[in-house]
Amino acid sequence: MVKVTFIHSDGREETVDGRVGDSVMATALANDVEGIVGECGGSMMCATCHCYVDDGWSERSGDRMDGEEDMLDCAASELRPTSRLSCQIKLSEGLSGLVVYLPEAQL
Amino acid sequence: MSVGHVVIVGAGQGGFQAAASLRTEGHGGPITLIGAEPGLPYQRPPLSKAYLKSGEEEALQLRPASFFEKNCIDLMPETRIEGIDRTAARITACGRNIAYDHLVLATGTRNLRPPIPGLERALDLRTLADARKLRDALPGKRRVAVIGGGFIGLEFAAVARRLGHEVTVAEAAPRLMSRAVSPEISTRFLAMHRGLGVDIRLGSAVTEVTDEGIALTDGAFVDADLVLLAAGVVPNIELATEAGLATANGVVTDARLLTSDPAISALGDCAVFPLTGSGRLVRLESVQAATDHARTIAKRLVGDREVAYTAVPWFWSDQADWKLQIAGLADPSDESVSRDDGAVLRFADGVLTAVETVNDAKAHMQARKLLAGGASARRDSLAERDYDLAMV
Repeated sequence: MVKVTFIHSDGREETVDGRVGDSVMATALANDVEGIVGECGGSMMCATCHCYVDDGWSERSGDRMDGEEDMLDCAASELRPTSRLSCQIKLSEGLSGLVVYLPEAQL
Repeated sequence: MSVGHVVIVGAGQGGFQAAASLRTEGHGGPITLIGAEPGLPYQRPPLSKAYLKSGEEEALQLRPASFFEKNCIDLMPETRIEGIDRTAARITACGRNIAYDHLVLATGTRNLRPPIPGLERALDLRTLADARKLRDALPGKRRVAVIGGGFIGLEFAAVARRLGHEVTVAEAAPRLMSRAVSPEISTRFLAMHRGLGVDIRLGSAVTEVTDEGIALTDGAFVDADLVLLAAGVVPNIELATEAGLATANGVVTDARLLTSDPAISALGDCAVFPLTGSGRLVRLESVQAATDHARTIAKRLVGDREVAYTAVPWFWSDQADWKLQIAGLADPSDESVSRDDGAVLRFADGVLTAVETVNDAKAHMQARKLLAGGASARRDSLAERDYDLAMV
């Protein structure tokens, strides 16, 4: 199991167990974490699973994928250097403890 | 204002979204979500893509069971509606009456089954049960034939080819995906699939399915150990028609997605609605239309009565390593202009209707923004800037 902590825009924290190989988006949905919509199911066709990766984790969670930046341009909330589509971050053992912040809106 | 009890018929992605959005918008009354299929609402798009490879069913679920409990959404799976009594404002399911204050029809589509002898031998790919059956049947079937060269048929063909099967696709039209894309894109995908080793027969309708394979109109016979039917869908409108609602190639709605009965809305694949701008009545088969429709309906029911559906349609199809993206909606007869980088712009009467791209998220998103911009993008002004789609 890989621990992932989601911090909502109001500061509320939720820590859930994810599975190696699942995306951060799928982990949020499977654990009923509000604030991630994931409308296209991880096909990089929308920007409704936008998250901000905690500074301490941004290197380990990797760079944006091809095309991810173009989708993020259409995100409903402010784009920051740490912005990612959570469907493109795949969980590995090395990411246990990952912290991501959720934006105010996804739509 | 409370809208009271909202009953949603159809628990696909659109029906699910209607229930979820009603709660997000602040609806406090009861919500009943009725689906014909067993289990929790799930996503269909991966059935012809990731699911075929991974077989992971849990990953398809839109939300876990706890979501429905927490949000007080009364989910009734494996339940078929027998009829709508509009005068009494109630539906009948399993011999039981369920009263509604507002009814949302999200009944979706089912596979089109043309009158081809022996077609009962062909498998479908529409529901999770279909996909499971197909996935279980595939191993050991060397030769696979696909009836229909649209998105689903081609997505499946690419996966099956990659798994090592010999794949033939029979398409009745003279080109692939002819309802959805330009001739230019059809040609490129034809070359790509043939390059993978898929045997594609164009202009070849299937005349018979036998235990040995499929017979084509040109007299050819394609040997096959497994046949998949992917020849399009028909909207589930029988309930609406029997209830006397206006129907055409779908349940007819206005721009607010209200049917001819003000207590009944329709959404997603089963709804026919006027497209923003042209006013043309269209029916869209896409996740985006279903979920955007659902949000529009939820907003109207919970407060703002005037809200109209104006989103730019978008579609995608993953075939092998190619992601086809379409922004907007073109008629098959719309003109096309190919850019040097491969993007195809579609025009009707000199106005941009759609943009088709392959593995080019940037151009796709530019097109979505441009088409959403309100003012129509004219061909002459786009030509002056080499069809650059960036907003000026």
